[in-house]
Amino acid sequence: MPVERQLSAEDLLLEVRDLHVHFPLDEGTVKAVAGVDFDVYRNRTLCVVGESGCGKSVSAQSILQLVDRPGRIVQGQIRFHRHDADGSVTVTDLAALRSSSRALRAIRGRHIGMVFQEPNTSLSPIHTVGNQISEVIRLHLGEDEEAARRRGIEMLERVGIARPAQNYDAYTFELSGGMRQRVMIAMALVCSPALLIADEPTTALDVTTQAQIMSLLQELQADFGMGVMLITHDLGVVAEMADDVVVMYLGQVAEYGDVDRIFHAPAHPYTKALLRSIPNLDFDQDIRLDSIRGMVPDPFHRPAGCPFGPRCDEVIEGRCEAENPPAFSLGEGGSVRCLHYEEVALS
Amino acid sequence: MSSTNGTLLSVRNLSMFYPMRAGFLQGHRGEVRAVDDVSFDIQAGETLGLVGESGCGKTTTGRCILRVVAPTAGELWYHPREGESVDLARLDTGGLLPWRQEIRMIFQDPFASLNPRLPVLEIVGECLKVNRGLRGSALEERVAELLGMVGLRPEYMRRYPHAFSGGERQRIGIARALALNPRLVVADEAVSALDVSVRSQTLNLLQDLQNEMQLTYLFISHDLSVIRYVCNRVAVMYVGKLVELADTRSLFLTPQHPYTEALLSSVPKPDPRVRSQRIVLEGDVPDPSQPPSGCHFHPRCRYAVDRCAEETPPLRETADGHHVACHLADEIELVGIHG
Repeated sequence: MPVERQLSAEDLLLEVRDLHVHFPLDEGTVKAVAGVDFDVYRNRTLCVVGESGCGKSVSAQSILQLVDRPGRIVQGQIRFHRHDADGSVTVTDLAALRSSSRALRAIRGRHIGMVFQEPNTSLSPIHTVGNQISEVIRLHLGEDEEAARRRGIEMLERVGIARPAQNYDAYTFELSGGMRQRVMIAMALVCSPALLIADEPTTALDVTTQAQIMSLLQELQADFGMGVMLITHDLGVVAEMADDVVVMYLGQVAEYGDVDRIFHAPAHPYTKALLRSIPNLDFDQDIRLDSIRGMVPDPFHRPAGCPFGPRCDEVIEGRCEAENPPAFSLGEGGSVRCLHYEEVALS
Repeated sequence: MSSTNGTLLSVRNLSMFYPMRAGFLQGHRGEVRAVDDVSFDIQAGETLGLVGESGCGKTTTGRCILRVVAPTAGELWYHPREGESVDLARLDTGGLLPWRQEIRMIFQDPFASLNPRLPVLEIVGECLKVNRGLRGSALEERVAELLGMVGLRPEYMRRYPHAFSGGERQRIGIARALALNPRLVVADEAVSALDVSVRSQTLNLLQDLQNEMQLTYLFISHDLSVIRYVCNRVAVMYVGKLVELADTRSLFLTPQHPYTEALLSSVPKPDPRVRSQRIVLEGDVPDPSQPPSGCHFHPRCRYAVDRCAEETPPLRETADGHHVACHLADEIELVGIHG
């Protein structure tokens, strides 16, 4: 049963339009993100899925202007809709702000929280958990040390850290990987941001810990009503968590749609191939795994035409090598970048 | 799958304890029980999966079998094609030499496990030079043949690892492991670092090579969906102990250990219509230097009774070929992947 789409403009949090991020390197320019569009809504989870090098992390980092040098946004808009308590909405184009500007710093950590993949390297080893959480609170909410401590401990308890008062004063190396990821989530959510960006939050964790963190994120979303943008390469995680899915390939959105359609009626040949190549737990069919032939081309040699063309089984001779297809609408907000859907979109 | 004909390796009561030392005189401060009294057999021609979470001792078990480390206790009976069985645990470096050619390894990280300063010819050919005395064109021919087997172009043998992608590097690692026609290959998280599309290619390659060369794999992984796909039998480890061992189908469909049940339910299913009823375990995996009393899983087990905290359950056979270490195995009904 397809999820009913009740997406109203009031719930819109983030609109990304025609985003391009380039890395000018000595060997040439890497177009890590080459024209990406997507929206994130309040109370919904958008999963961005793709293989390494498809630009999913760079897209996420560019929202908060955290792309590593020499990468920079060369084109496009990232419109963040800030909903204030009095019901007014302020729209800011984050792409136009400077990375170190006051305006962006006021949004980062306050209205948009971020959780990174490696809890080991994204937390400071020389500051206590409390130091790191209270910094966010004091900076953004202007609370004093005492109030920040109370709020910090409350948040640690909320994300399921045992003995929160004691662990507030612990160093991060004293905690396990799962605990550290909870601390990251606590830091990202302590100011109740409207949007949470989580870049592979469970990839470094074991399956049982991953299950804990995914349940936690779902609970917290139900409580705070935030929009979540989840970057992952794991289609299992997507199936469990997503409302909407963006499938990326070589810096472009190959397909966009609601989770049920993506898994049960995938349109793009890449999405189909990806779904066929995952080993599933089903014993009903004991077949050989399908795989996608070839490999992701290296970023300096993007194929002409459709980026997936050289690996695609449904190539239209003479066209796919030449044209990079635009996004064709599939109805219900879904879209696909594949010439096979040209007529579907026209009719 | 390949036929099974006899046991290749019998692991008996294997233990590996690492001492913890601290302080000025480096006094003994206890030990990390990485592998604690583990026994199982590997049948010739099968793929045995070893699954568990970080720190459960699966990698250490593999390292003991390869004799990278000398186990604290236990026996590793290797049954050669001809002649008497040998206990690898008792052999010294010299005694291990002939067996090291028959038990090889594929490593996890294709970026760290290939020497960036050596061309592929050297990386794959080194063991052929040392053990077979191959030189010159004979060596190149054999390396070319190996590269062809793993689906790489033989012309690439003069290139260095940096010129290859992750999936190709892993193929080089596989070619290196197979160079000496081994019988047993320990694959430790061999596909974990690879992307989905490349991972399925590599898994298919490993299966083809198994059929061609009558290989036996000890396939160590934390990824149950990969285990389900490649393994004939699966052993589940938790904090240094073997908790369940069964053929893949019965382990996945009718698990008998509560930890296996939780592990299976934690795997995200790639279908949004069956958003699973996850069993979320409380707390973390215990510290193997201070494992809980009795059954190590009892503090996180939802079925635990008083007895579980006191007695360590032995691994016992409950059904044909299904071994489990749980006091309650006969009393509780657990849910497999279709539940």
